[in-house]
Amino acid sequence: MTTLQRQEVNPIGHLTAEDIESIGRELDAMRDEVLAVRGERDAAYIRKVIKVQRSLEMSSRAVLLFSIFPPAWIVGTAGLSVAKILENMEVGHNILHGQYDFMRDPKIHSTKWEWDHVTPAAQWKHSHNELHHKYTNVIGKDNDLGYGIMRVDENQKWHPFFLAQPLWNFINALFFEYGIAAYDLELGRNLKSKKKRSNPEFVANVKAVGRKIRRQVLKDYIIHPALSGPSFLHTIAANFTANIVRNVWSHSVIMCGHFPNGVSTFERSSIKGETRGEWYLRQMLGSANISGSKLMHIMTGNLSHQIEHHLFPDLPASRYAEVAVKVRALFEKYDLPYVTGPLPVQVASAWAKVIRLSFPNRKPARAVDPARPPRPQVAAEPVSVSV
Amino acid sequence: MPVTKTLRNGAWRVVELITTPVVPTDYLDVIAPLRNPHVLRARVEAVHRETDNAVTLELRPGRGWLPHQPGQYVRLGVDVDGIRLWRAYSVSSAAGHPAGWISVTVNAVRDGVVSSYLRDNARKGMVVHLDLPAGDFVVPRERPAKSLFITAGSGITPVMGMLRSLIHELSDAVVVHSARTPEDVVFGADLRALAEQGKIRLVERHTATDGRLKPADLDELVPDLFERETWACGPGEMLDAMTEHWAEAGVAERLHVERFRPTVLVAGEGGTVTFEKSGTTIESPGGVTILDAGEASGQLMPSGCRMGICYKCVLPMREGIVRDVRDGQVTTAVEGDNVLVQTCISAAAGPCHFDF
Ligand SMILES: Cc1cc2nc3c(=O)[nH]c(=O)nc-3n(C[C@H](O)[C@H](O)[C@H](O)COP(=O)(O)OP(=O)(O)OC[C@H]3O[C@@H](n4cnc5c(N)ncnc54)[C@H](O)[C@@H]3O)c2cc1C
Ligand code: FES
Repeated sequence: MTTLQRQEVNPIGHLTAEDIESIGRELDAMRDEVLAVRGERDAAYIRKVIKVQRSLEMSSRAVLLFSIFPPAWIVGTAGLSVAKILENMEVGHNILHGQYDFMRDPKIHSTKWEWDHVTPAAQWKHSHNELHHKYTNVIGKDNDLGYGIMRVDENQKWHPFFLAQPLWNFINALFFEYGIAAYDLELGRNLKSKKKRSNPEFVANVKAVGRKIRRQVLKDYIIHPALSGPSFLHTIAANFTANIVRNVWSHSVIMCGHFPNGVSTFERSSIKGETRGEWYLRQMLGSANISGSKLMHIMTGNLSHQIEHHLFPDLPASRYAEVAVKVRALFEKYDLPYVTGPLPVQVASAWAKVIRLSFPNRKPARAVDPARPPRPQVAAEPVSVSV
Repeated sequence: MPVTKTLRNGAWRVVELITTPVVPTDYLDVIAPLRNPHVLRARVEAVHRETDNAVTLELRPGRGWLPHQPGQYVRLGVDVDGIRLWRAYSVSSAAGHPAGWISVTVNAVRDGVVSSYLRDNARKGMVVHLDLPAGDFVVPRERPAKSLFITAGSGITPVMGMLRSLIHELSDAVVVHSARTPEDVVFGADLRALAEQGKIRLVERHTATDGRLKPADLDELVPDLFERETWACGPGEMLDAMTEHWAEAGVAERLHVERFRPTVLVAGEGGTVTFEKSGTTIESPGGVTILDAGEASGQLMPSGCRMGICYKCVLPMREGIVRDVRDGQVTTAVEGDNVLVQTCISAAAGPCHFDF
């Protein structure tokens, strides 16, 4: 394993190459076990969630036709917020991962699905499935880390610009769907030079996002408000609120996935010639879970099982809970830090990191020499400070 | 009226905006699955057991259905263990049902995924997916004076559809039907009734005691064999033998056959992969993914992660057989299936045709 951990204690120093490959084999076996039983239950589950989501959305929007009355506003807004969260997380995200492609139902297929989000599904699938899931937590390759605008690691050079990163992060949380659209377009990189700006693929992508934004805005801020007649302004406010709630929620959940204390990041050079076992190991160490109730898992689209999701991105998310038991045992067997904690704790931990890294380092970070890792500390002093 | 049409279109566009990013009919599907004009479905209205192994499903097709011609088949999309599988079934009922209902008769084959599922689980109220009727195993508008139907096993189904629809227009019809035993004859009672009424001449052959029907037997059973316009449906070997027999007699055009099992897919190692739209054909070895093989041949292939997680590389397989290189699972597609296959983790396990 060539992974150079940017941590004081190398959490994998005690593993031999053979260990890593057997971790890979054990995880492959877990995947096969789920594949063997995947079927009717999973199909019925996603159809049910879609049905609940659509019914909730329709009825909330119906209630909002009367949003001029405060109780209707509150009930409708709450319902719509939940519906939008479900739509993005448990339904959209998971379908776009191809988790339900096995059903061969063109209505529920990753290549056909479009979601309630300003970024078109196709672009999101590129940046998320192709880049983030493949290059998880590799600095410079996985832009999910800080979305290119934040300092996410002690070893990243500090610049006064980063002082404001808690503010960027907050604004990004409020308008997360636009942040994701900008990020999927790689705006930062593509706006730099004239050549990049006029690249036909980029132009086409910008146009597609424009069309998507127009439809989304028309729907939430013109059509539905217009339908509600005298409640026009109240419905606008309700839809705006629901979008913000959904944005903040998904931002928080996603921040918990790779940001909390105890999660490792990786060097670009470390993934050259990576084996399957090493790829798995990077997913294990680069992700963090959120503990909580069943409802909590559903509302996070099972991204609360971020570790399991990163190991098996295309298995139906509703299977993660049962897989997690075995995955956790594997972590224990190989003495690896399984980072998890309740949502508030993880969110706080992630925010603390954002704030801490907005300032220059107190002491220079020390990279661990992979050739001579500090061995047994890991067991005695786990890096997984799940606070 | 152009004005009302414009208004209608405008109103529809507003409705589409109400439901964007999904289409309005997706919401309709929640309450009325048969009303969707873009997705043809049918509700099972009744299930009749024909033999131990065969059931007839009475289907009420939803919006978008077009009537069939006797002898044609429909493709049913049935969700078996959560996976939509498409299979062809001949219409066995008479054409022209007042409410547009049709029946199909499914004979469970050994280890047959869909046919056994339908035999065991088809219930009133079940919704299946449907394709428009297709097939040219039909009786021409100008009805033949003398006709012959040679069927075996479930091959009787399209013929039953023809007889039920057209019997009064077929003045001299002979039916030669083979089944293992008298009890195994699907539609046995109907056929015998037609014979008793003198509408057909029925030759029943029970292969358990009489052995399989050979073309030579036909010369005896039906002396004016080659004068008859003939429709045959049954196992492949039987149809092959018939085709040869008619060709030898120089009257190949008199014989119309329907095969229930056009291609037998057996998983092998590697195969010829055809990208139909681009007109490229390549040899794809068993140990190489179709993505790699395609690219190696200069084909521009869509791809992303190249490790099976992003689904950017999926292509519709019209027909063929592939093996998942990770776990060895085999996926097959027959004509019309268009199964979406991840090329980055699939190797050819036989000839494959991609709609790409
Ligand atoms: C034009 C057309 C019309 C058809 N009409 C009818 C009909 O009216 N009634 C009907 O019952 N079937 C009909 N079939 C056959 C039907 O489409 C399916 O092939 C059949 O039901 C088996 O599907 P399965 O999923 O149960 O079997 P699978 O799970 O696909 O196959 C299981 C095993 O059975 C073998 N097998 C597959 N098909 C057949 C077959 N037809 N006969 C024998 N063995 C087979 C396979 O090689 C495999 O070993 C028709 C097929 C065609 C092409
Ligand atoms: S290229 Fe990503 S799944 Fe095939």
